[in-house]
Formats: sequence, C-alpha cells, structure tokens
Amino acid sequence: MTSVAALSARSAKPVRVLANPKWLFTRGVSAARFACGVASRALLGVLLVMGVLVSTLSARAQDLAGVPPLSARVIDQTSTLSDPQKAALSSKLAALEQSTGSQIVVLLVASTQPEDIAAYGQRVADTWKIGRRDVGDGLLIVVAKDDRRVRIEVAKTLEGAIPDLAAKRVIDAQITPAFRAGDYAGGLNAAIDQLAQRIRGEGLPMPTPADRTAQPSPGGLGPESLGIFFFVLVPIVGSVMTGMFGRRIGSLATGGVAGGIGWWLTTSALLGGLAAVVAVVFVGLFGVGSAVRGGLAGGLPPFGGGGFGRTGGGGGWGGGGGGFGSGGGGDFGGGGASGRW
Amino acid sequence: MTRRISLAAWVLVASVGMSGCGYNDFQRLDEQVKSSWSEVLNQYQRRADLIPNIVATVKGEANFEQETLTKVIEARSKATSIQATPELVNDPEAFQKFQAAQGELTGALSRLMVVAEQYPNLKANQGFQDLRVQLEGTENRVTVARNRYIKSVTDYNVLARSFPNNLTAMVFGYSVKPNFTVQNEAEISKPPAVSFDKPASK
Repeated sequence: MTSVAALSARSAKPVRVLANPKWLFTRGVSAARFACGVASRALLGVLLVMGVLVSTLSARAQDLAGVPPLSARVIDQTSTLSDPQKAALSSKLAALEQSTGSQIVVLLVASTQPEDIAAYGQRVADTWKIGRRDVGDGLLIVVAKDDRRVRIEVAKTLEGAIPDLAAKRVIDAQITPAFRAGDYAGGLNAAIDQLAQRIRGEGLPMPTPADRTAQPSPGGLGPESLGIFFFVLVPIVGSVMTGMFGRRIGSLATGGVAGGIGWWLTTSALLGGLAAVVAVVFVGLFGVGSAVRGGLAGGLPPFGGGGFGRTGGGGGWGGGGGGFGSGGGGDFGGGGASGRW
Repeated sequence: MTRRISLAAWVLVASVGMSGCGYNDFQRLDEQVKSSWSEVLNQYQRRADLIPNIVATVKGEANFEQETLTKVIEARSKATSIQATPELVNDPEAFQKFQAAQGELTGALSRLMVVAEQYPNLKANQGFQDLRVQLEGTENRVTVARNRYIKSVTDYNVLARSFPNNLTAMVFGYSVKPNFTVQNEAEISKPPAVSFDKPASK
C-alpha cells in the first residue's frame, strides 16, 4: 500500500495547479473566485478518490501475476505444448464452439504465486468473461506448471452441466494421471473430451450466426443521455472553451473534455475517442456553441482530439484481436474444482 | 468583467450538470449492493445446507474428536439463527453480528477438515471426499460473492461521499453502507483456509 504522505504528495500537485489558474484570476472577481473555490474543492475530492483508486490498483498489479491478453483458445506461456499439439487442441475447441456455442480456453502459466490458483483463475475469468454474451457459457482450464496445480473454472451457466464434483472427477481421472506422466497435451485433450460431452448433454441454446458477430454494446448510455451529452453539454463547454482560447484550441479542448467524459462514462477508450472526434467536429467545423463564428475551416482538429481521447484511455480492455475473441458474457462465480499432480 | 463572471458561472453550471445530482446512480448502485448481498447470503445458505451432510458422515467415524464436531454444529446453528435479510446491509450492527457468526462457522469448519485428515477411514470414504469438494467450491463461491459485494459497496459509498452527490444523499437520507471489516480483510485476501489436497500435517 502507498503511504498517506505519498498519496497526498501525488494528488497535491494537480490540485495546486487547478487552484491557481492565472488566466482566470488576473482580474480578481470575488464571485468567480468563490465559484472556483467550490469547484476546485469538488475536484480535490474527485482527485483524492482517483488517487486512492490508482494507487491501490498499481499496488495490486505489482504484487500479483498478470492476466495475459486473450489471444487464442490455447495460451501456453510455458512452451510446454508443441505447435501441432496447440493447433489440435485449438481446433477441437473451435469445433466445440461451432457445434454448441460454448467457449473453452486453456491457459498454461508457470506459476500463480503469490495467489492461490483458485484466486488467480477467478481473476483471469473475470477479466476475459469467456462465454456467449447472452448465454454466458464459458469454461477456463488453468494449469500452473511449476506449482503443479490445475483448476477448472466453470461459468455460472455451465455449473449445471459441470458441477464441482464433475470437474473434480475430470481432474482426478483425466488430467492428474497424464500430467504425472508428463503428457500435458494428452491430459488436456482427454479432459476437454469429457467436458465437451457434458456440455453437449446440457441443452444450451444453439449457436446463431449473430453470436459470433455480436459486438459488446456500450453500457448504460441511452439515446437520451447521448443527446444531452452532444446537444447540451458539448455546446456549453464549446462556448466556454472557444471563448477563452479561441476557436482552434477551444474546439480541441472541447474534444479533449468530451473524450475524457465519454471515456469515463462508457469506460471504453474507443468510444471516448469517438466522442472526442464528434465533439471537435461539432464545435470546430459546424461552430456549435462557438463564441467566434466564421473563418478557419479547421482541417486539423479531429485527429488531435481523437488522439487525446485515446491517450486518456490507455488501459482499456480490448478483448478480441486475431481469429478468436471472448463472447463477453461469462459470469464466473467461483464454481469448478482444483487439483494437484 | 461581466464576461469573466458569466464564464465562471458557465463552468460551474457545466461541472454540476455533468456529474448530475446522482439520484439515478444512487438507485442503480443501491440495487446492485442489494443483489450482490443476496448472492453472499445465497452462498452462505448453500454452505449451511452442506454442513448436516458433512456432520452425518463424520459422525459415522467412531471416536471422532467430539469437541470439533460440536463446535461446527454450534457455529452453524448460531449463524443460521440470525435472520438474514437483504435489509441487513442498512444496519451496520446486525451486519457485524452476522459476519462474526459466519466467520466463526468458517473457522470451525476448516478446523473440522484439518482434523478429518487424521482419520484414514474418512480419507478413503468417497462420500466424504465428494462433500469436501463441494465445500471447497462453496467456500470459493462465498469468496467471490463477498468480493463482488465489497466492490459494489465501494462504488456506492464513493458515490454517496463525493461532491455533489453527498448533497443528494443528505436530502434523501442515503447513508454509507457497511463493508467487510479489516479483521475480515486478511481472511479475504488469502485463499479459503480449507485445504483439501494436502496430506495431514501430523
């Protein structure tokens, strides 16, 4: 944990800058000063909260084993499996997803220390959320090779098909003996066969083409809030910014603000960047809410605004990538079983 | 001069307008806290339902350490005697009592499991091994449910305490909700204490 002193030192700097913006206080108007005092106090609170969050997050990230990006159905960080073995397992899992829609991912890591494999597996499963968006049928097999531990994480939807006991039996009967003999691919292969058989017997909804193309929808932003955002807030901020900085920098600043808010609201860097671009176009090109009208057909703003929004959202969670992406619907509640060999 | 004032006013209006008064956020997060708490209760209930089976199996073992067994039975009846309703989250005192009772049950159970390791008959009993797997799964689910509860309460409390939502909270009488305390935190950060796969230490 970061100490309180370090924390206040971290958050004190931006607050001091905000409390003394020279451009606003050159002519001391007491009303303006009061208004800004209130605003800066609110900002102080927000910054403190953010500081705490950031420091706890970074402290955690240093201690724990990282969650790798979901790049394939079989992710082997230990180079245990040969390429043909990996390809065979992957194609088997792909065939399962084709026929039932359920997603299974195999992850081999060297160690999950300092965490227990159950805690690590839960964290990985929470990050990846494998399983169809509407059904949530995901399953994760984690192998910690140096710890000699294995865990099957079962999403809530599949807990009926694969209860803890069944997962434990698969570990005991298929995985452990093979792993003891050093046959990792064989153990995983047999385990996947067993699990697939159980999943096929469950009678889950059949896969539809829409499942594979479904995009994660932006959470919690309806058309009304979007309308308020672009037609009320953007013009207000735009008029303030262009009034203060002129049209070119003002529209860029508006884009930055809109991008930041968009990112904060949707927690998606991409949508934040999009909001920034749209805001810049609104204010910069169409002159929505612009204090200074006419002139300057701004060719440069969109890119700059978008760039700002994107840097703001550095740590996003782009799940997809190559040929395989998480359905994003898997809700893992701690079901499954662990074992050692 | 007036231009500067109007600018400052705009800034203030915009900043307040952006964050809103947060009323809807309160409703959303309050419901989230309730549902995640229900999940915690759900998993505790699952554990409580499992215990009679474990006790019955262990009782079959002649001369099993009676004290350990009694402690589990007592802790279970104590934990289930507390009326666990979703409203518990708004009553910090009852919440603490409930947590203490559940914590006691966790301790008694893990002790039982460690002791059971010393009885070869139990170790060979497939029914008991199955119950252990189920108990382990339940303890994992409790951990996950508690972590989600902690997260949703954190979201709620941050909202309730930050400006300007604290004004909304004051007007409508929303108070900060209780979370799992520090004494429990050590327990949460380590994996469930029930260890199944290790051979007996003695």
